[in-house]
Amino acid sequence: MLVNGMKMKSRLLRDRMCFILVCTFAALTAVPLLAILGEVFVRGCTQFSWDFITEPTPTALKAMMAMRAGDAIPGGIANGIVGSLIMLGMAAAVAVPVGVLCGVYLAENSKKRFAVVVSYLSDLLQGTPSVIIGMITYVWVVVPMKGYSAIAGSVALFIMMLPLIIRSTEETMKILPASLKEAGLALGGNNARVMLKVQLPAAFGGIFTGVLLAVSRVVGETAPLIFTALGCSMVRWEIDKPIAAVPLLIWEFFNDPNLQELIWGASLFLLLFVLCLNITAKYLAKKWNK
Amino acid sequence: MEKPIIEFKDVCVSYTRNTMAVKNVSAAVERNSITAIMGPSGCGKSTLLRAVNLMHSLYPNIKVDGEILLNGQNILAMEPIEVRRKVGMVFQRPTPFPTMSIYENVLAGFSLNGIGLPRSEKEEIVEHSLRSVALWDEVKDVLNKKGTFLSGGQQQRLCIARALALKPDVLLLDEPTSALDPIATKHIEELLLQLKNDVTMLIVTHNMGQAMRISQRSMFMYLGELVEYGDTAQMFAAATDERTKAYLTGKMG
Ligand SMILES: Nc1ncnc2c1ncn2[C@@H]1O[C@H](COP(=O)(O)OP(=O)(O)O)[C@@H](O)[C@H]1O
Ligand SMILES: [Mg+2]
Repeated sequence: MLVNGMKMKSRLLRDRMCFILVCTFAALTAVPLLAILGEVFVRGCTQFSWDFITEPTPTALKAMMAMRAGDAIPGGIANGIVGSLIMLGMAAAVAVPVGVLCGVYLAENSKKRFAVVVSYLSDLLQGTPSVIIGMITYVWVVVPMKGYSAIAGSVALFIMMLPLIIRSTEETMKILPASLKEAGLALGGNNARVMLKVQLPAAFGGIFTGVLLAVSRVVGETAPLIFTALGCSMVRWEIDKPIAAVPLLIWEFFNDPNLQELIWGASLFLLLFVLCLNITAKYLAKKWNK
Repeated sequence: MEKPIIEFKDVCVSYTRNTMAVKNVSAAVERNSITAIMGPSGCGKSTLLRAVNLMHSLYPNIKVDGEILLNGQNILAMEPIEVRRKVGMVFQRPTPFPTMSIYENVLAGFSLNGIGLPRSEKEEIVEHSLRSVALWDEVKDVLNKKGTFLSGGQQQRLCIARALALKPDVLLLDEPTSALDPIATKHIEELLLQLKNDVTMLIVTHNMGQAMRISQRSMFMYLGELVEYGDTAQMFAAATDERTKAYLTGKMG
C-alpha cells in the first residue's frame, strides 16, 4: 500500500515525540536514585577512612572535644558493622533453611489448600510494617529474656527475611521446567532424591540470588532493631547483650548533635553494602540463567 | 508366539472427569521389537505412552483404569519406582540434567536410586552406555563438561544412554526426534534399530517415514482409541480402517 508523503511525515513526527516523552520519563525515574547516591557520596566520603570501619563509635564527650579542637571526630562504626553482620548471620542461618524448605513445599503442592493458605500468609507477613514486627519481637523475646539482645534483633530480622526467601524460592522452583522433574522420576528416583539432586541444584542460582536480595532488604531495617537490639557503643560479640547495628547508629548519630557528622559516613557504608549485594545478585542471576 | 512383554487391557486414561484421552486400549507388545504409535495431534499417543511408566501417578487428577501387564505383572498395582527402573523414558525435548556433567548424567539413574558403585564399575557403565548410543568417541574427552553443552542430537543420545545405563526391559520414546535436524534424526533411528536386540521400544512418532523405517509393528490411534494395530509394512501397504488409510495417505492432519 502507498502511504502519502505528508501522512508518513506526521506519523514519523508522532513516533519521534512519543519516543522523546518516554525517554524523559525514564530519565526522571533515575533522578532520585542518582541524587541520593550523589548526596550521600559527596558528604560521606570525607569521613570514610580505614579507622571509620575499624574503630567503634566515640563517646559524645570525645566527639565534642575533637570538634572543639577543630579535629575530625575520632572513631567510626565498627561496633555497628559487627552487630549487623552477627544479626544478619544468625537470622539468615535460620531463615534460609526454613524459607527454602517452605518455598519448595509451596511450589510442589501449589494446588493444596494448606499451601495456598500458607502462601497467602507469607505474603501478609511480607507486607507487615517492620515497626510492628519489632514491637512483637519485643513482647515475644525481649520481655521473656529480660533484656535487649542480638538474639532478639536476629529474630526480628528472621521474621522479615522469611517471607522474602519463601517467595523467591517458590518462584524459582515454579519456573523450572516440569520435564526436569519428570526426567528424574522417570529414571526411578524418589521425590526426595530428585528434589535434592536435580531440582534444587538447577534452582540454586535463583535461590541464592533471592537470599542475597533478602539480606539486602533487611540490612537497613531500623525500627525492628530499636525494639530489640537497642544499640551499644562498643564492639561486642556476645549475642545475649544489647548490640549495635549500622542503621541503628545512623539513627543515634542523628539524635546526638555531637555525632551528627558521622551520619553520612555510616549512610554511605550502608548504601554501598546494599548496592554491592544487589549488583552481585543481578550478576549471579544473569550468569546462572545461561 | 512368545509371551508379550507388555499387554494393555482395556486401558483408559482421563485428565478431567468427563473426557477420556485414551479409551479402552487393548494390545500386546512383542519382546525385542520396535512398536510405533501414530496418529494425529492430540489423539492420546503421549498419554498412552506415559501410562506405561506410571508418569500419570505424579498428577493426582489423572485417572488410569484397566490393566497394563509388564512380563505378566500389572504395573498399575506396582510401586512407581520399581516400574520406572524397568521402563525407561526419552522425552520429546532432550532433558540432560543441567547441573550434571556428561559423566554424571549417564550415571544419574544410579545416583537417583541411591545406588553407589565403585569407580571402575562407573567408568565401565559410562563408556558402555555412551558407546551403545555412538556418542563415546565424540565426548570421551569432555566427560566433565555439562551435558547441556552438547548439540540437540547429542543431548538426546545422552538421554537415551542415561536410560539404557539402568538396563531397562522397555524404552518409551515420545517423539524423540521431532526437535532434531534430519542428520541427528537419522543417527537416532540407526541407533534404535541397533538397540532392538536388548530392549523393547515403544515410540510415538509423527513421522510416517520414521515409523516405516524403524518399526516392526504400528499402532494407529484416533481420538483416544486404538483404531488399528498390526505389522507396520502391512499397515502401510493395506490399512483396513478408513481412518488409518486417510491418515497414512495424508488426508488427515
Ligand atoms: N495435562 C493435561 N491435562 C488435560 N488434558 C490433557 C493433558 N495432556 C493432554 N491432554 C489432552 O489429552 C488428549 C491427548 O493428548 P496427548 O496424549 O498429549 O496427545 P498426542 O500425544 O497424541 O498429541 C488431548 O486432547 C489433550 O488435550
Ligand atoms: Mg504427544
